[in-house]
Amino acid sequence: MTTPDTSTRSVIVEKEFPHPPQKVWRALTESSLIEQWLMKNDFQPVAGHSFSLRMDPVANWNGVIDCQVLAVEPFRTLSYTWGTLGSESVVTFSLTPTDTGTHVRVEQAGFRPDQEANYKGAQYGWKKFMGNLEHVIAGLE
Amino acid sequence: MRRSPDSVFKALADPTRRAIFERLTRDGEQTVHALTERAGVSQPMVSKHLSALKRARLVHNRRQGRETHYQARPEALAPLVDWIGDYGAFWQNKFDRLAEVLERMDK
Repeated sequence: MTTPDTSTRSVIVEKEFPHPPQKVWRALTESSLIEQWLMKNDFQPVAGHSFSLRMDPVANWNGVIDCQVLAVEPFRTLSYTWGTLGSESVVTFSLTPTDTGTHVRVEQAGFRPDQEANYKGAQYGWKKFMGNLEHVIAGLE
Repeated sequence: MRRSPDSVFKALADPTRRAIFERLTRDGEQTVHALTERAGVSQPMVSKHLSALKRARLVHNRRQGRETHYQARPEALAPLVDWIGDYGAFWQNKFDRLAEVLERMDK
C-alpha cells in the first residue's frame, strides 16, 4: 500500500464574463440555468440545503454528485460540497466585478483519490475512481 | 509528496499491456494462463507485461498452487487522473458553457 498522503488537491479555474455579477449569480444559483451549463440539479441557494447534481450514469457510477450548500453571499460567493462515491471536495465560486463584467474564480479543493482508496478499500476506490475519471473525461469533450 | 504519473504512463503506453489491464478491470481476476489464451502473445511475454504493470502498481498477484492470479488495481491510475484534473479541464469546459448561457439570457 502507498504511504498515506496528507496533501489535498485543488483545481482553480478563472474566467472573465462580459456580464454584470447579478446576471452571473443567476446562472450560478437558478436551478434551470444551472442545468444548462453544469448538470441537472435540485439546487436552492440556501445554506445547509442538500442537493444532487446528475450526469448520465456510466459503468460503475450512477452519475450522482451529492452536494450541500455551505455559503451563499449574493453576487459574491457561493460554495458547496461535492461528493462522488466516497470522495468529497468543496467547490467555491467567487465573483468580482470588473470594468467590463465579472471575474469568476472557481476552486475545487478536496482529498486526493488515492488517499481515500487507502481506507475505503479497493472496490470502493475503483468505483470512486471511475466516477472521477468519467467526470474528468466529460470535461474534456 | 505527489507520486509521479510516469510509471503509469509508461506501463500503459504498450497496447498489449493496456489490453491486459483493460481485461483485468473488466472481467476481474485472471490466471496467467487465461490471459495468455486471449493475449495473442506467448506466456513469457504476458508474464513480462504483467511484471511491468506490477511495477506501476496497476496489478497485484497471488499464487495459488501452480497458478498465479492477477487482479487490477485501477486506483493506481489516481496520479494520472490528478494529472488531467490539474488542468482544470472540467471547469474550463463548464465555464465555456456558462458563457453561452449568459449570452442567451440577454435575449
